[in-house]
Amino acid sequence: MTGETPASPPGPLLDIAELAKRFTVGSKQGLLARATSFRKPVAPLPQLHAVDEVSFTIGRGETVGLVGESGCGKSTLVRLINRLLDPTSGSIRLGGAELADFKARDFAANPHRARIQMVFQDAGDSLNPRYTAADAIADPVRRLKKMSGAQLKARIAELADMTGLPRELLQRFPHQLSGGQKARVGIARAIAVEPELLILDEPTAALDVSVQVVILQLLQQLKRELGMSYLFVSHDLNVVRLLCDRVLVMYLGKVVEQGPAAEVFADPKHPYTKALISAIPQAEPEQRVGRLRLGGEPRSPIDPDPTVCRFYGRCPKGTPRCAEEMPLLRPAGPARQVACHFA
Amino acid sequence: MSAVPALAVEDLSVEFRTRSGVVKVLEHVGFSVDKGETVALVGESGSGKSVTAFAVMGILDAAGKVTSGRAMFGGADLLALNEHDLAEQRGRELSMIFQNPRTALNPIRRVGRQIADVLVRHGGATRNDAPRAAIEMLKKVRIPDPERRAEAYPFELSGGMCQRIMIAIALACRPALLIADEPTTGLDVTTQAVIMDLIGELAGEAGMATIFITHDLALAAEYCDRIVVMHAGHIVEAAPARELFAHPRHPYSAKLLAATPGETVSLADMASIPGGLPDLRRTDLPACRYSGRCERRLDECTQPLPQRTMGERHVVACWNPL
Ligand SMILES: Nc1ncnc2c1ncn2[C@@H]1O[C@H](COP(=O)(O)OP(=O)(O)OP(=O)(O)O)[C@@H](O)[C@H]1O
Ligand SMILES: Nc1ncnc2c1ncn2[C@@H]1O[C@H](COP(=O)(O)OP(=O)(O)O)[C@@H](O)[C@H]1O
Ligand code: SF4
Ligand code: SF4
Ligand SMILES: [Mg+2]
Ligand SMILES: [Mg+2]
Repeated sequence: MTGETPASPPGPLLDIAELAKRFTVGSKQGLLARATSFRKPVAPLPQLHAVDEVSFTIGRGETVGLVGESGCGKSTLVRLINRLLDPTSGSIRLGGAELADFKARDFAANPHRARIQMVFQDAGDSLNPRYTAADAIADPVRRLKKMSGAQLKARIAELADMTGLPRELLQRFPHQLSGGQKARVGIARAIAVEPELLILDEPTAALDVSVQVVILQLLQQLKRELGMSYLFVSHDLNVVRLLCDRVLVMYLGKVVEQGPAAEVFADPKHPYTKALISAIPQAEPEQRVGRLRLGGEPRSPIDPDPTVCRFYGRCPKGTPRCAEEMPLLRPAGPARQVACHFA
Repeated sequence: MSAVPALAVEDLSVEFRTRSGVVKVLEHVGFSVDKGETVALVGESGSGKSVTAFAVMGILDAAGKVTSGRAMFGGADLLALNEHDLAEQRGRELSMIFQNPRTALNPIRRVGRQIADVLVRHGGATRNDAPRAAIEMLKKVRIPDPERRAEAYPFELSGGMCQRIMIAIALACRPALLIADEPTTGLDVTTQAVIMDLIGELAGEAGMATIFITHDLALAAEYCDRIVVMHAGHIVEAAPARELFAHPRHPYSAKLLAATPGETVSLADMASIPGGLPDLRRTDLPACRYSGRCERRLDECTQPLPQRTMGERHVVACWNPL
């Protein structure tokens, strides 16, 4: 938005296509038995489909919320995009550059590293206990940008001001900072190298409501000032609704619905999204319009049947067709997509 | 109801000795939980919720000392029990779900075994039935493919799944009193609803009493019978859940509610609570520990706090309640 930014290539900032991550699971004994049995052909080891052929985009300056049941693959997806984990297949394009081909283990030294930064759930746990706040903020700058000592010092002070961290706290260690102050250090550190995409995995889950408000307001303000895009993972749907432009809903490794946040919250189309939104805690019982409780057993993420809808068995609308044909993500309105035969 | 409560905490005070002096972390804390009742303990971090739980469970760390009070449970004072008798009660009668589930699980033992261990130690299961019973528990907390997931190590599970394992362990022995310290933080709302229903079921069937520590007031209001609000080691208000939500009387309770993201507000309209908790090492702490942050302060507020009854089971410790 600002005049200084170089003309950016057209198209979305992040373009994820058919991204998949499968983990091999199974006991060691199983592995050994397979390795030593030469009579039978070796059966493939069970595969856990953590992220399954996921495609979506994030525009420049856009905030996209990622929600879904615990264990549905949100953190795995984030670790793929952030190149901490190697995908099994698929593509991760950031401003036109393909990142999926780089190895996670070498990515720390990659010139693209600075373009994606991450704010973690537990600011306390993700800070090195022996680094002062200033060291923590300086660390990515030292590794990824060339700067003189004086420049670095000025930059740290600037970042402290931007994130509302009093400068006199810069020499403190994590255990001497409050939860909200640690969260600010985590954010300052992530924006220090001027990323284009900031990924936030439950950034306020460990914070009090009162501190959370301030941190969310800070994030909103930084986005306005710096024009970054956010991928925001959260279980607090009220927070997602307040902060995000668009929302992606995942269920067992698949994106099952996406669209503008306001529309998805007002009029969810996928049966899982409906159940999710109806489960938002509601203090006033009059406000609740009938809660959908999901019965049935969740399907296994291990070697799932590719012809059965992942939600089948728990879905209140399921029919035999859902057990024969996997629903694909298809348009459902101008900016919306949903993966259900009957939505 | 005049029945004896399952747990009655009376006049509980706790201090910690630190290098920079004695911290008066809890002062005259009192509340009770009936059989089958779920009571929420809410307040900012540092207000003393976890310390209250640790004191009742008898697991305060060595620097902490109970300086007054009782915690009556099943006719005995938990604070006066010896280590052996208390250990006996923990796990069978008393169960706790901790904050930070990952650190509470054994990283090198399969999760199914960890549940089975507890069932054998405290739940009267034999080594033979325990694995099946463990899988049943995994099913109850809605872990997909429980048979195979029982074989997983904690690192192979997501944060929320570890959380559910901890919950399964805590509920496995059908305790008479459950203390759950932020048990659903990090869980999506549908799984959260499953867990809350499960706690509700055990409360209904087995009369389990629950202390539910949370900072989500909407969650507390929907699932708990009563809410107890803590601030800086004091209980400032206690009321039936819906009533507290609709008509908070203590200025701090009202501010907490205003900071809770709800359905209608926008981020810009929400306000944080001004100021912070007072330094509990001070020797001249005011009678009302909220007075430094309070907009309704009067001259009387320096006097010892009154306990005002505002309705049935609704008490507030304040000179100028809303
Ligand atoms: N190292 C691993 N080995 C095997 N399975 C794994 C591994 N890491 C993650 N998984 C599995 O991948 C799936 C997705 O996990 P992920 O951590 O992405 O979930 P999540 O959506 O972030 O959940 P939560 O909301 O609970 O944090 C889960 O079934 C999990 O058990
Ligand atoms: N081991 C300890 N030593 C000194 N102070 C402690 C210790 N544990 C807790 N405290 C203090 O007790 C107060 C209440 O803490 P806690 O019960 O953990 O708060 P909550 O659970 O409400 O967030 C805080 O001021 C905290 O710093
Ligand atoms: S495809 Fe069938 S089972 Fe799947 S979400 Fe739609 S109705 Fe439910
Ligand atoms: S006692 Fe006085 S200072 Fe304390 S909360 Fe009430 S009005 Fe405010
Ligand atoms: Mg996660
Ligand atoms: Mg705590």
